[in-house]
Amino acid sequence: MTALQAQALLPYFVLSGGIALLLLLVAWLRSEAVAFGGALAVLVASLAVLPTAFNAGDQVVDGFVRVDGFALFFFALFAVAAIVTEILAFRYLAPRATHRQEFHILLAIATLGAAVTASAANFAAFLLGLEVLSVSLYVLVAYPEDAKPPLEAAAKYLVLSGAASSTILFGMALIYLATGTLAFGYDGGDIARNDRDILAVGQALLLAGVFFKLSLVPFHMWTPDVYQGAPAPVVGFVATVSKGAVFAVLLRYAVESGLFDAGAVGTVAVVVGALSMILGNILALLQTNIKRLLAYSSIAHMGYLVIALVVAGAADGHLGLGVEAALLYFTGYFAMTLAAFGVVAALSHGDEDVEELAEYEGLLWRQPVLAAVLIAAMLSLAGIPLTVGFIAKFYLVAAAVAGAAWTLVWALIVGSAIGVYYYLRVVFAVTKRAKPDAAASRPPWESVTTVAALGVVIVVLGVYVQPLVEFLRQQSWQPW
Amino acid sequence: MILTVIALLLAAGLVAWAAERFAGPGAPRWVSVLAFLGGLAWAVFEYADGAAAGLYAQQAFAWIPRFGINVVLELDGLSLLMVGLTMFLGVVAVVSSWDEVEKAHGFFQFNILWVMAGVVGVFTAMDLFLFFFFWEVMLVPMYFLIAIWGHENKGYASMKFFLFTQISGLLMLLAILALVFFAYDVGGEVTFAYADLKRASAHIPGDVRAWLMLGFFVAFATKLPSVPLHTWLPDAHTQAPTAGSVILAGILLKTGAYGIIRFAVPLFPEASQDFAWWGMFLGAASVLYGGAMAFSQSDFKRLVAYSSIAHMGFVLLGVYAFNAQGMQGAVMTMIAHGFSTAALFLMAGALQQRLNTREMSRMGGLWTHAPRMGVMTMFFVVASVGMPGLGNFVGEFLALLGAFRQNVWLAVAATLGIVVAAVYGLYLLQRSFQGEPNPDVKTMTDFGAREMSVMVLMMLALVWLGVYPQPVLDLSAATIDTLGVLP
Repeated sequence: MTALQAQALLPYFVLSGGIALLLLLVAWLRSEAVAFGGALAVLVASLAVLPTAFNAGDQVVDGFVRVDGFALFFFALFAVAAIVTEILAFRYLAPRATHRQEFHILLAIATLGAAVTASAANFAAFLLGLEVLSVSLYVLVAYPEDAKPPLEAAAKYLVLSGAASSTILFGMALIYLATGTLAFGYDGGDIARNDRDILAVGQALLLAGVFFKLSLVPFHMWTPDVYQGAPAPVVGFVATVSKGAVFAVLLRYAVESGLFDAGAVGTVAVVVGALSMILGNILALLQTNIKRLLAYSSIAHMGYLVIALVVAGAADGHLGLGVEAALLYFTGYFAMTLAAFGVVAALSHGDEDVEELAEYEGLLWRQPVLAAVLIAAMLSLAGIPLTVGFIAKFYLVAAAVAGAAWTLVWALIVGSAIGVYYYLRVVFAVTKRAKPDAAASRPPWESVTTVAALGVVIVVLGVYVQPLVEFLRQQSWQPW
Repeated sequence: MILTVIALLLAAGLVAWAAERFAGPGAPRWVSVLAFLGGLAWAVFEYADGAAAGLYAQQAFAWIPRFGINVVLELDGLSLLMVGLTMFLGVVAVVSSWDEVEKAHGFFQFNILWVMAGVVGVFTAMDLFLFFFFWEVMLVPMYFLIAIWGHENKGYASMKFFLFTQISGLLMLLAILALVFFAYDVGGEVTFAYADLKRASAHIPGDVRAWLMLGFFVAFATKLPSVPLHTWLPDAHTQAPTAGSVILAGILLKTGAYGIIRFAVPLFPEASQDFAWWGMFLGAASVLYGGAMAFSQSDFKRLVAYSSIAHMGFVLLGVYAFNAQGMQGAVMTMIAHGFSTAALFLMAGALQQRLNTREMSRMGGLWTHAPRMGVMTMFFVVASVGMPGLGNFVGEFLALLGAFRQNVWLAVAATLGIVVAAVYGLYLLQRSFQGEPNPDVKTMTDFGAREMSVMVLMMLALVWLGVYPQPVLDLSAATIDTLGVLP
């Protein structure tokens, strides 16, 4: 390993070293404050060394991980999301679990797994990162001790996500059998005719598993149940970090292997994306539970992101625009999704989650700050200007128009049109006249502050996005 | 300077919101009134200051260079007229709902100011991305105005309003992006600038152009609204609070008309020429349908709402006549209708506040209780019917004249609409203010000095427009010339 490679890997070292240290520390010192503060410190420290890693440039370490602007940008998103989740979970968890030390550390471990996944350069790193992430998430989802819904959600998530992981693994094995390499890229000319079928089956299995993790239609069934049962801060984390990591590695694999160059796979992706946009939005119409509503909305948003995947993966030279659109969309998606679940978490500081839409009626008059953030998040998810959601969607449409992905554009228009309705239902509920009997309980100040900061991000990026765009363009990412 | 005005309106919104907490529930409306008076003073100043190369003010700087998106704001004759109207009706809307709102005064004024900021942006933006941005900025606060302070069926009405506008807006966004994409093929440069796209659109294949034009037209025809995209309007106008109705009818409808004049037609002149018959047909259909529906209403406010559809039909008729008279008539109708309908909605609001009903069957003979309100209703009904000597007459006459030169039969059909207008207008007046006094109404407070002053101002405006319309015609003529759409 060269010095530059070490420099590039510094954030990963800080994060994993910090986690190891914390695990030891917590074994001796059973204090939640130490675990919480330590996890926060480790995450902040890893963020602090990110600029150094950016300066190291594009580094491939042993063909295992590739630390480039793309990976590090996702690292930053994951770490910020983890910090937000830590803060939101701190008081949320207090009435729900007695031993909370490991929660904070597990969150850091999941972040590490996600970061490794996003920088994977071959299947070994892909699987390693994915499993570190997934296994931590099973525990995080099940963390509240006495309540049944988290346990049910965790069981569902464990079984189904485990099945998806094994599908991915089997796909990897078949691909390895056909190409003889664990690396993402391969020389198609070297593959014997018989092995091409094996390769196709392997890629199909891999895609099925990955689509499952991204909860794209028709692999979306688990999402609403898991989102509804899992603790609110953790859902925010699952919806953002785990999706982001899997999407990042899929994008990388698709570009390196030319996956979408072959007509059939590209068509499959278009169909899956369009179906997700439309079905996700239609099913969200029927929900009265805000967590389920956001679950279906996340299905739709993953569908929108397929645009970036298809445009970047196509062979005709829109890679930069596609990647840029994906990164920008994820930035916005992280802010608005974390904000939405953050509001749910901040309101649910008692021992029950506040998740029925009826409970949000009149929120604007009871909790103006939280309500304003929720409104901003909903409008942003709907893609209304003045919010980052609009700019992000605009980017996707621009990428799709450039890549001539017309089916997806139409699906996006139709999906967004349907989506406006249920996002507005939330906004309408929030602005209703306050019910006199609604108890005025005080949400934790640190959650309110965090959520408010996310609201500011949503609006500021919605109006003045140019600096971020410039930054993303500098990270313009080229395949090997 | 234009951006400063928009920013000041936005800032005034925040100040108004905060003012409720620090200076009591009466303070926010003062903030609004001052902001709109300031805006009006600015518009007058720019007018007095004169134009350089047809522009009274302009501003341009880079916003998102990645996609060639710039902040380009220009105030030409047409924009100045519309901005002036906006500011004036802003004052009217606030003063008219002075004590109508019962809760959240600060947030109410915040929404009014933000709608207006978006409207000023729409009337001045010369970059299509920026235009779309402001187009949507108007939408959300208007939604809140209806959804929070509206009447009994506000949830349904506000949702319908939002969905219609948003979905048609998405079509426009798609049309804008496709236009930019095709312009990129022509010029090799990504740009959202109005002038560049206007130049490039001439080189786009004809059938594509027709579809793009339709994308714009649908969005604007929804806002205008034209038959058959009008169904959101009666609900939204009826359910909105008075200030909301005044803004909706007085200004937001005009953004649709403005969009057709500024964007749909000049960006695609040939496609619009081919479409002209349909445009005039939809206009005439709106005139007749709106009139017929207005006549069959029993709800005072709903009647006025349907009459708006009829009046906006004249705008469509005038624009797609493709001659100077038609265009001038359209612009004149936009302005005159802004005053007359705002006044009638104000009256509907005043009646509802006093009688707790909008049903005309529960009114009748109100003149005896409130002669001042009666006189005002009569004046504005007569104005909106198209009485010579008042602004609406000038506008509708010119629009019909233009249409007559283009297509006699459609012009004749639309002229019948004026007869229908007289019928429903007088019907409105008779059912509410004349006839046997309704025994259920014992007393009713007449207009006070505040309401009268607003009404008299609008009266004067209409008389001035009717007697001496030349300054307005000059202002719009300059713009119509530069649009370069008339053969």
